[in-house]
Amino acid sequence: MPTYAALINLMNRIMNTILEVKNLSMNFGGLRALNHLDLNVVEGEIAAVIGPNGAGKTTFFNCITGIYNPTGGEILISPPGKKCKKINGLKPNLITKKGMARTFQNIRLFSNMTVLENVMIGRHCRTSSGIVSAILRRKSTIKEEKDVVDFSYNILKKTGISHFVNEFAKNLPYGAQRRLEIARAMATEPFLLLLDEPAAGMNPQETRELDELITRIRDEDNISILMIEHDMKLVMSLSDRIFVMDYGRKIAQGTPSDIINNPVVIKAYLGEDIDA
Amino acid sequence: MGGLRLKKFRIQLMIKVQEIKKSFLVSLWFMFLTFPIMVIRVNSIEKVVEWRWKNMLIVGIGSFLLSFVWRYMLKKKEAGEKRAETGESGKTFLIQRILEERRFYIPLVTGLTIIAVAFPFTFSMYQTSIMTTALMYIVLGLGLNIVVGLAGLLDLGYVAFYAVGAYSYALLNYHFGLGFWSVLPIGAVLGFIFGVLLGFPVLRLRGDYLAIVTLGFGEIIRLVLENWNEFSFGPSGIANIDRPGFFGIQFSLQAASIYLYFLMIGLVIFTIIVVNRLQNSRIGRAWIALREDETACQAMGIDKTKTKLRAFALGATWAGMVGVIFAAKTTFINPASFTFLESAMILSIVVLGGMGSILGVIIGALILILLPEYLRAFSDYRMLIFGAIMVIMMVFRPQGIIANIRRTYKFDE
Repeated sequence: MPTYAALINLMNRIMNTILEVKNLSMNFGGLRALNHLDLNVVEGEIAAVIGPNGAGKTTFFNCITGIYNPTGGEILISPPGKKCKKINGLKPNLITKKGMARTFQNIRLFSNMTVLENVMIGRHCRTSSGIVSAILRRKSTIKEEKDVVDFSYNILKKTGISHFVNEFAKNLPYGAQRRLEIARAMATEPFLLLLDEPAAGMNPQETRELDELITRIRDEDNISILMIEHDMKLVMSLSDRIFVMDYGRKIAQGTPSDIINNPVVIKAYLGEDIDA
Repeated sequence: MGGLRLKKFRIQLMIKVQEIKKSFLVSLWFMFLTFPIMVIRVNSIEKVVEWRWKNMLIVGIGSFLLSFVWRYMLKKKEAGEKRAETGESGKTFLIQRILEERRFYIPLVTGLTIIAVAFPFTFSMYQTSIMTTALMYIVLGLGLNIVVGLAGLLDLGYVAFYAVGAYSYALLNYHFGLGFWSVLPIGAVLGFIFGVLLGFPVLRLRGDYLAIVTLGFGEIIRLVLENWNEFSFGPSGIANIDRPGFFGIQFSLQAASIYLYFLMIGLVIFTIIVVNRLQNSRIGRAWIALREDETACQAMGIDKTKTKLRAFALGATWAGMVGVIFAAKTTFINPASFTFLESAMILSIVVLGGMGSILGVIIGALILILLPEYLRAFSDYRMLIFGAIMVIMMVFRPQGIIANIRRTYKFDE
């Protein structure tokens, strides 16, 4: 008789897991930021990671995008139509090239470059012209450059910030800067987009528009999404599955309705009941 | 409404009075500070103390006016910054506005060409020689601009690559009799190799730490040249280096200086074309992204290592080339020509001109190299004026003479 775990494994294989994190640990000296974390993302879903401040969510993102080298565990990716690969300890640029792109919690745009150029940077890992061909201005380089511009402009249109095209990134309003971060990540043609608090600092109107944008990215561009978010309304309306973290551990996982009634989650957020 | 206007006027008046008060205090302070040296003089021959009150008056009025003008300029600058923040298009520099107009292009270029061609034939050999030096610094500035202005890697040892180029020509010429034209590419390649050599150990560093390591590297190269007598002939240097020839023809001194001038003009044009093409290319954008945010740059799929090495190596290539030309121009080199001051000078050209801006670097080089030459008339005050101009520039225009403009793209919908 198959065990419960084996059943889940079987289901995952059918449903095409694209990111699988097994037993992930990250220690900073004596501090254990991530503690044997297991998590997986299935193709075509919007998954969310939630948890109180300091739970290790951003550390988790930094581990799977290569900014930190995890001290233990495995990170496996299997891009649609490609073989499964272990990506522990790979450099961030290689992981992006393999198809996982991220945004940052505290916006990290290239402020003195134009909006279009910011997105064009995302195309870097999908293009190849070097110094010599740039100096000689070869035909192939000119064509590649034109393709990059068109591709990037299309993404700007998709994310709704094409009217800022030649503006410096630093001069953009806050909401547009968040969108530009997403646009830049999308330019790398990822199969999985990692969003670190995309709605932080946005007003309700902007958050609603973001909700729409994220759904559109998933449906129209076939990009799966894993996001960290504090805005519960957004998380509940968007995500197919939610992972809850606290003190570096995963304390719950399930659909939004599972999570909302889970006593462990309520305890993590609101603290222990005094009477109990 | 009238009352409101009156109130506004009153506030403005009050601010003015305050400014005057502050300037007055500054002038009092200066008068007090300079009292012992400007006012009292002991005449040791007649054994009397002279009181030169007139000097005090001059100091007082002078410092008052200067401080007032300084304050006024600062206010104006702050107002400009505020306007820029609120999104209003602030005033751009006159040169920048002229450049943006397409119709000025052709007359400007033809004018410059005529001046450039006529220069060595109308002015003396001395003037031509100074101009050639200025042109060399333009190329050095543009080379360092790749490293500092575009890639944002503060390199304080740039002169090391310049020295590598110069010594490669001097030594190859001395030992093997190789000519200028065959060594020019060798110098460039050696510069490139040394750029990579320096690049490797500093890949993990940024900011201040990078500056210190590159500074050390520059000093190491100079000290090696100074102390390794068997190799580089030590502090006495290498003399009688051949001037560049033209298919075996050797020129007279006069003709050689004109020849070198045009050679430099050619190199400047070549460098401008290369840097201009690079900065709007895939590699150039990667450099700027690296300067803006290293972490984000890497997260967007750019190989940090490769990008940094490319910047270092390419910048060093240009320094190597100019080094060869420098050796050919002066026909004598020794390590004293490659001190830290030289690196600082090239860096000042880039910063003063405007980081990342080609035109800015050109203007910066012309100002910084030609100004001290033409200020010779003021003899003692030459370096004082030079320093004062640098300070004033950095206070009022920290982004440099010409701020870098990014390329704009047009889309028709």
